[in-house]
Amino acid sequence: MAYKIVASQCTGCGACEFECPNKAISEKGGVFVINPDKCTECKGHFDTAQCTAVCPVDDTCIPA
Amino acid sequence: MNHQVVSLDSVARSEKPAGGCSTKGNNSCGSSTAPADMPAEVWEKVKDHPCYSEEAHHYFARMHVAVAPACNIQCNYCNRKYDCSNESRPGVVSEKLTPEEAVRKITAVASKVPQLSVLGIAGPGDALANPHKTFKTFEMVSKALPHLKLCLSTNGLALPDHVETIKDYNVDHVTITISAVDPEVGQHIYPWIFYEHKRWTGIEGARILLERQLKGLEMLVEAGILVKVNSVLIPGVNDHHMAEINRVVKSKGAFLHNVMPLISDPAHGTHFGLTGQRGPTPMELKAVQDQLEGGAKLMRHCRQCRADAVGLLGEDLGADFTLDKIEEEPSYDPKLHEMYMDVVDRERSDRHAAEDAAKVTAAYAEAKPLLVAVATKGGGRINQHFGHAKEFQLFEVDGRTVTFKGVRKTDNYCQGGFGEEEALDPIVEALRDVAAVMVARIGDCPKEKLASEGILVVDDYAHEYIEASALAWWSKVNGASDTDGLMASA
Repeated sequence: MAYKIVASQCTGCGACEFECPNKAISEKGGVFVINPDKCTECKGHFDTAQCTAVCPVDDTCIPA
Repeated sequence: MNHQVVSLDSVARSEKPAGGCSTKGNNSCGSSTAPADMPAEVWEKVKDHPCYSEEAHHYFARMHVAVAPACNIQCNYCNRKYDCSNESRPGVVSEKLTPEEAVRKITAVASKVPQLSVLGIAGPGDALANPHKTFKTFEMVSKALPHLKLCLSTNGLALPDHVETIKDYNVDHVTITISAVDPEVGQHIYPWIFYEHKRWTGIEGARILLERQLKGLEMLVEAGILVKVNSVLIPGVNDHHMAEINRVVKSKGAFLHNVMPLISDPAHGTHFGLTGQRGPTPMELKAVQDQLEGGAKLMRHCRQCRADAVGLLGEDLGADFTLDKIEEEPSYDPKLHEMYMDVVDRERSDRHAAEDAAKVTAAYAEAKPLLVAVATKGGGRINQHFGHAKEFQLFEVDGRTVTFKGVRKTDNYCQGGFGEEEALDPIVEALRDVAAVMVARIGDCPKEKLASEGILVVDDYAHEYIEASALAWWSKVNGASDTDGLMASA
């Protein structure tokens, strides 16, 4: 299980990259992408997916 | 980009000899004389900072570099789609920069704009939600361009965690945006915050944010760092709360309080814009500011600039310094800024001497104060053509003092070489409460129209100092004759 970022809505701010406990998020062409092999949906780290909680655009960091 | 971006002429019209006591390298008077209401050590910190001193904003430029795109809270007046080159408002930028790109850009600007004295990081997100990029930029800038003052602005949520670092990097000016000091009010401005790995909404989020802001403010003051508090004035939400904000931030030691009008437009896509929340009119803003007089010192010269603004406060040269337009390895010659500092020293003491000389005797001090609007390009002089002015600076003059009261933005009357009759209406509206408008030049047509609306046009003081001219004009309309001829000798 992993999250993904809806590229058309990503503002490229990078807030999610700071918060990801798995270093699963990186910049690609001005927007950010989640590496599904590294994403754990924050299970074992936090109660909620950090990327979703910090993202300024609703429905942009969502379950893949 | 081969033109001189900011002409020294905008400050000194002619290289006339230094007046009074100010000479090169002599800091015993003129520019270093602190105003009566300010300790000398504070004046030393603010005298070259255009945002912290109204006096300094006539001479000095700032630039913001957009190295901090991420944010840790959501505000109802902001949205995060910040890519726009035509809008001028906080949170808007055209290109994000890495710290290395930022230093290249700052060096390019410093080599062309001798007025540059401050480097600030103000987003487009929050400077302290991007601490590595923010402090990396400060570290590199303080090595490359040690004459620049460092400045940052923040919503305050992460502030208590970074006060030590702020101090270590010699950042001596910090702005915190506090638009409520009661979570009941704050919850209508901040829909959520991200704190300790969790999104907090409603009153709980607003309460945490407020606690962190006030704690950060106290820690900064304790550390000897000057703090400006920005408050966004939102009619119906916090307008009646502004006096309380002013009282609280003053009691915590804020140096300056900047009440800024909400900018709201559906096209910006902000919550307030989309839900029809309006911003205050210029007169409403002034009324709130006037009510706060006597509390925390007010900043009234804010232009609500972009997070990548470059130049004097009323202008934006950002478009001239995008990465594709600047050299790969710009070089900076410190002599340029040093030379400019000498010009400013001289100008400042001349200007103050002229103001003192133009003050009338106490006998006239009972007369009614008048509000005048001034067209200026900087340097503290009336040096702009009416048709080119995109803003007017407001001063209240009563024969003995001239007090800065704010800025009114307008579209300039003269577009593409022609004045448009309809373009005058919004200018008249913006200047409705002023008695006179002082300009370097103006055409007959707008002059007559303004006169018919009850606004007197004064163009007799072209290129003279603002304060001395306002005083001389006031004396003239009030029938005082004892300052006649002083303008010529000032």
